[in-house]
Amino acid sequence: MMDDRAPVVIGAGPAGCRAAVTLAAAGLAPIVLDEAPASGGQIYRRAPAGFTRPYRALYGFDAARARRLHTAFDGIQGSIDYRPDTLVWDLRRGALHCLSGGRSREVAYRDVILAPGARDRIIPFPGWTLPGIYTLGGAQIALKYQGCAIGSRIVFMGTGPLLYLVAYQYAKAGGGVAAVLDTTPFAAKRRAVPGLLSGGSTFAKGLWYVAALRARGIPVANGIRPVAAEGKDAAVAAFLYRDAAGTQRRLACDALAFGFGLSSETQLADLAEVPFAFDAVQQQFLPERDLAGRTPVRGVYLAGDGGGIAGADAAELAGERAALALLEDRGHEVGKPRLAALERALRQRAGFRAALEAAFPFPAELAAGMPDETILCRCEGVTAGEFRRAARALDADEINRAKAFSRCGMGRCQGRVCGPAAAVVLAAALDLPPERMGRLRGQPPIKPIPMAVAGTHE
Amino acid sequence: MESPQFRRLAESDRPRIRLVIDGRSCEALAGDTLLTALLTNGRRLRSSEFGDGPRAGFCLMGACQDCWVALDDGTRLRACTSFVAEGMRIVTRSDVDVSAPGSPKRGTAVPLGGKARSG
Amino acid sequence: MSEHVAADVAIVGGGTAGCSTALHLRWRGATVVLLERGQCGGQASGVNYGGVRQQGRDLAELPLARRSREMWGRLAAIVGSDCEFVASGHVKLARCAADMAELEAYREAVRPYGLELELLGRNDLRTRYPYLGEAALGGSLCAEDGAANPRLVAPGFARAARAAGADIREHAPVTTIEHDGTRFRLRTAGGVEVSAATLVNVAGAWGHEIAARFGENVPEDVTAPNMCVSEPVPYFMVPNFGVCGGGFYVRQIARGNVIFGGGRGIAERERRRAYPVAATSLDASRQTIALVPRLRHAQIIRTWTGIEGVMPDDIPVIGPSRTTPGLVHAFGFSGHGFQLGPAMGAVLSELILDGATPTPIAAFDIGRFASWKR
Repeated sequence: MMDDRAPVVIGAGPAGCRAAVTLAAAGLAPIVLDEAPASGGQIYRRAPAGFTRPYRALYGFDAARARRLHTAFDGIQGSIDYRPDTLVWDLRRGALHCLSGGRSREVAYRDVILAPGARDRIIPFPGWTLPGIYTLGGAQIALKYQGCAIGSRIVFMGTGPLLYLVAYQYAKAGGGVAAVLDTTPFAAKRRAVPGLLSGGSTFAKGLWYVAALRARGIPVANGIRPVAAEGKDAAVAAFLYRDAAGTQRRLACDALAFGFGLSSETQLADLAEVPFAFDAVQQQFLPERDLAGRTPVRGVYLAGDGGGIAGADAAELAGERAALALLEDRGHEVGKPRLAALERALRQRAGFRAALEAAFPFPAELAAGMPDETILCRCEGVTAGEFRRAARALDADEINRAKAFSRCGMGRCQGRVCGPAAAVVLAAALDLPPERMGRLRGQPPIKPIPMAVAGTHE
Repeated sequence: MESPQFRRLAESDRPRIRLVIDGRSCEALAGDTLLTALLTNGRRLRSSEFGDGPRAGFCLMGACQDCWVALDDGTRLRACTSFVAEGMRIVTRSDVDVSAPGSPKRGTAVPLGGKARSG
Repeated sequence: MSEHVAADVAIVGGGTAGCSTALHLRWRGATVVLLERGQCGGQASGVNYGGVRQQGRDLAELPLARRSREMWGRLAAIVGSDCEFVASGHVKLARCAADMAELEAYREAVRPYGLELELLGRNDLRTRYPYLGEAALGGSLCAEDGAANPRLVAPGFARAARAAGADIREHAPVTTIEHDGTRFRLRTAGGVEVSAATLVNVAGAWGHEIAARFGENVPEDVTAPNMCVSEPVPYFMVPNFGVCGGGFYVRQIARGNVIFGGGRGIAERERRRAYPVAATSLDASRQTIALVPRLRHAQIIRTWTGIEGVMPDDIPVIGPSRTTPGLVHAFGFSGHGFQLGPAMGAVLSELILDGATPTPIAAFDIGRFASWKR
């Protein structure tokens, strides 16, 4: 029953690192494939060589967690096959293809733990493709990873805990925060407080950030609606929005960071033929997995935000739990109390997650009401109006057809950026619920690869 | 000199790196991504192929694929996940329209009222 | 609780051939029900390379291809959109003397059909297509050939057919088909019962299943064309290029993306799934760069494939059933049915309503497999 083929872990963020550490502790030597040059994923991204800020400056409240994760992963280097700067671009039934250093290699696998994480979830508004406009995650990376502010006078907009966290980080670092504009009405947050309280320290942190921002005299507004970004000399110069009372306001700025929560990266799970189901809380089709991280596909496990947004702490727990599931399935002895403790903690975090979504709801109506002239697909330059017209002209009844007819989602990012909003736009145009629109199917390569790639088999 | 998009708040004590942007000599710091190097020297990375102007990246984490830039020898690099290297020569401006003459520029897959272009 | 629909003609299969047949029948006043298991154009009609070409075909297909080409030129009038058809020319490249001889022979052979091909030497290639690499020695140009967007064509015909009054049912897999002595009776998974005097079998890679139900067994295999597309690059490549031997093909669309293919993906007919193959994509990519060196910096952004029905002699099954009056077949287009789709509608409607078609189709008769045993 023991299988000596090395398990594969894809992703070296919190989930992937913990999975690898757990497997290594059991004597397995996993192959860990990660696109980034160093471990930590997005939230615990490690600074490039030559950078000197301490962990406290980089990770704030999460400094100790980041340190523990990095140390744990570094500690197993001698016993694992860790391949950073490696993109897994195709995966199917026991074999995956990864690109590193201009070469593509095929790697056979018996078991794989997918831990690909998440990306920002956005809704386009007029002018959003102007230089100077970034996602909240992107703004955070500029600061954390490069020590840069994305501009000098920055508007932060959207909703979700990340909005306040990144704005606060910028304010603390001396970045020019012009305003924090939250699309969620204050009332929604107040209603969600009982659920949020179950989140313990996460909720407390959230409140703290808002207070800290206000203490610095930074305007924080709720219930706003984005109207447009205005450009000057081909870069953003102002942001127009409507406040909670409906009054249109204009903020001069040279940068904007926005986002409405996160979307799971699900392309590899799709290629692995994991079945998907629509998750009403996240408003996204997610690959099916149980609390242990097992998917319905034998040998394919899923851990972390790539299977549903639950945050970094939950990702670490899920990574360990999925690795233990893999070990169980290989016939290893695994301590039942630890499994129970992990699952208990994961369940609790799922409850908090639902409360968080209620406190910071995805403002789907912004997508439904997107003006026709808004660029919907920034890769292909397809406007919302062109998308609606093309979908209607050929009776598209779901998102892949609408993509085929309009080119929306056919560009380099394969629908990562426009997908969630496009589904809502289409649903609104057809007067159907978004889940009836289906989901964009993953196709290899999941990210662009050079045509001039040398290939080999391993 | 074009005003920069990004502003350095910390970590400025790193070795300097020289690069050339659109024929112009510029400076960056070792450990900068190519995106940082370009945006601490200006406000663009490339031109959109479809006529909507310059782009300057978006997600900074290799997801959106908006920051692919070209070196002057044609090499393609994703700016947010590539580090700047000494002597890099980047081209951000494309004065040449990508599409064929008369082609639909803005993604209209069904040219409503369009004419057949066949012979 | 089931729905009963009666029509003159029931069509099984919503590819271009099926949807075009529905449209043509409606023009002539016949009532039509079309049953498509998934979405119109979701299989071979929608996943192919998009080449609209007469050149390179088996001579038996040329009359059909010529008739179809005439329709491609009027597509906007027929379905309301040109489906991005451009007569950019098709150039079949020779990489050795034997290839060149093959092209010369083919040019002579097709002249009687009214197809004019222009042979190009090395200098012609250099002058007209300076971006081609060294391996191309010469070629054959069919100026009136070109390419279109396969994702738009079958849906375009479906739309036009619906507008003309055809009853087109998508997401309607057919579970039973019988003939009760007078009419065909079909049932879908959703409980719709269809009865019709005529049945058109345009079920693509699954056409042999329907034929088998009526005692006509044919050896239909499957193939999966492995396709790749690049990011947009500045537009430079006007014609649609292929090579002698058919190993790979490449074209660039007006928006700048370069589409290329070659080799096979994996087609799983029973599961109705198809997968591009990484090694095949990389190999086609290398061949494309060898042919067009300036593409060496471009990136592949997507690969795909689909399921196409293939006959052993590489030409389709078209024509009336040998066993069952009222049954008409058109399937197994062997990886080159895209260009023929529009004319299939004209030809099948003539067979059905007039009992004959002016376009020669004898070579495609299903009877040629009469002695084949499963």
